[in-house]
Amino acid sequence: MNLEDIIREENIVYRRTPLLTDKALSYCPGCGHGTTHRLIMEVIEEMGIQSEVIGIAPVGCSVLAYEFMDIDMVEAAHGRAPAVATGIKRTWPGKFVFTYQGDGDLAAIGTSETIHCCNRGENITIIFINNGIYGMTGGQMAPTTIPGMKSSTSPFGRDVAMMGYPLKITELVAQLPGTYYVSRQSVHTPASVRKAKKAIRKAFENQKLNKGVSFVEIVSNCNSGWKMTPVQANKWLEENMLAFYPPGDLKVDGQLMEQGKTA
Amino acid sequence: MGEIRLMKGNEAIAEAAIRAGCDAYFGYPITPQSEVLEYLMAEKPHERTGMVVLQAESEVAAINMVYGAACTGKKVMTSSSSPGISLMQEGISYIAGAELPCLIVNVVRGGPGLGTIQPSQADYFQATKGGGHGDYRLIVLAPASVQEMADFVKLAFDLAFKYRNPAMILSDGAIGQMMEKIELFEPVPRTNEFDQSWVTTGKTPDRQRNIITSLNLDPYLQEKHNHHLQEKYARMRREDVRYEAIACEDADYLFVAYGSSARICQKAVQLARKKGIKAGLLRPITLFPFPEKIIADLAHSVKGMLAVEMSAGQMVEDVRLAVNGKIPVEHYGRFGGAVHSPEEVLEALEEKIVKPAV
Repeated sequence: MNLEDIIREENIVYRRTPLLTDKALSYCPGCGHGTTHRLIMEVIEEMGIQSEVIGIAPVGCSVLAYEFMDIDMVEAAHGRAPAVATGIKRTWPGKFVFTYQGDGDLAAIGTSETIHCCNRGENITIIFINNGIYGMTGGQMAPTTIPGMKSSTSPFGRDVAMMGYPLKITELVAQLPGTYYVSRQSVHTPASVRKAKKAIRKAFENQKLNKGVSFVEIVSNCNSGWKMTPVQANKWLEENMLAFYPPGDLKVDGQLMEQGKTA
Repeated sequence: MGEIRLMKGNEAIAEAAIRAGCDAYFGYPITPQSEVLEYLMAEKPHERTGMVVLQAESEVAAINMVYGAACTGKKVMTSSSSPGISLMQEGISYIAGAELPCLIVNVVRGGPGLGTIQPSQADYFQATKGGGHGDYRLIVLAPASVQEMADFVKLAFDLAFKYRNPAMILSDGAIGQMMEKIELFEPVPRTNEFDQSWVTTGKTPDRQRNIITSLNLDPYLQEKHNHHLQEKYARMRREDVRYEAIACEDADYLFVAYGSSARICQKAVQLARKKGIKAGLLRPITLFPFPEKIIADLAHSVKGMLAVEMSAGQMVEDVRLAVNGKIPVEHYGRFGGAVHSPEEVLEALEEKIVKPAV
């Protein structure tokens, strides 16, 4: 049988969304960023809203997100993406606006922008990648680094008495009246990828309702920063990160959920 | 004849923004410019013209909201006073790097630090030399009256879009707070006639995606981008220098002053002429691009210049660069929130410029 006989329309069960560009991803092999990029672009493709979407890229590993997403995008200063998104959404209320931010960006330097954007109830989508570390700058401690976790600036593990506690910002924003949907997902197994995509889809669909912020945390890995193989990192993520950051919906349709339950 | 009104400088800025077809204002309260946001909220511009007005949680957020709206080709502005403008410098650098048009109003107060809420001109360096990190310039307009506070809003937007560059109105607490009779220009519709090919409003099938960023990791591409910026600033120097020359034709001595200090020097010119001292006033209207050519030309006809500014001496450096050692150039000014009187200015001219020349 020839290759041409196999690759026929009726046999294609999966393809890369055309909304991802041909540019090779700059992420380390096994990193959750690439998967999450794909999920967002698949959702935008499936909703048919490419011409109505404006994305905001952060500072961090995904600073070059606009290289990989075939949509109009803006690069924000470190932590300021929710304010940039506010400026766009307020002047173009009919467009779909989303930010893509890491933990250092969203939960350390941009905490003020994050909380106030969520509290104002801006009608946008926030995708929050939490890998508990500063990946791009070489593995320093992040606001979400869990207790005892090693990083280049907590080489003996995060000592909470000295360095303070990890910030569960997703739990925090769920409490704010301006958030309409708050969910925590991961992309480390095929099942979790499917669930994460559903959450991202809901977060974009919600913008049609004009009810406030839809916030999706993706607990992700950082093999390089964690100094593990991709397989080890996913195992460590499941055993440690997900124990501290349990996946599930925190708030659905403006209603707080019981911890860990999915609507 | 347009509508005549008695207005505060800050109110004039706000009313002019609505009339200039501004699409959005994002700001944070700070004395002495809070009337801008207050006036806008009271006027309900969302009903008058559809203009968006939003009180941000900080100046940092406000300037980044400006950045976002500017990315989509909207006419967008913010206003603040010195400490707030310092907080905005990060955003302003990004806006300049990404080449976005917008208007930033600084109603300057005394510093450094929290300083005072009284008028000052000590933010000249910050406004004209960049302010944030990197090699960039703002178009800087210096109004000397409430009338110009209104008129320069429209002019600043025109220049910002002409160059795709942030523009700043560098005012001060005196002009922001004082009331004068002004003639308001006729409202223009909230449409944008400038090139919109670069904006990020959603990638349509007929074009490539638009990306707005100030990031360029390749140093040679970043150098090329910087050359492009420098060419733009050179074009501003060629095409958009603005100044006012008062009694300069027969002058022996020249005040160089902008904004409130120019108003004070105008009186000092009258007092000097009564005493038989032939003084004139060169008032830079654009602080960047700086009117260096006219100042260099006047250095041939006058015996000395006194840069008068409410600072310890900032603009005086640009005057000296323009004069290039040809004649004496000195500085005089009260600062830290204190304001000089016309008499003090005249006395300084006599002591620092007239007497040594005799």
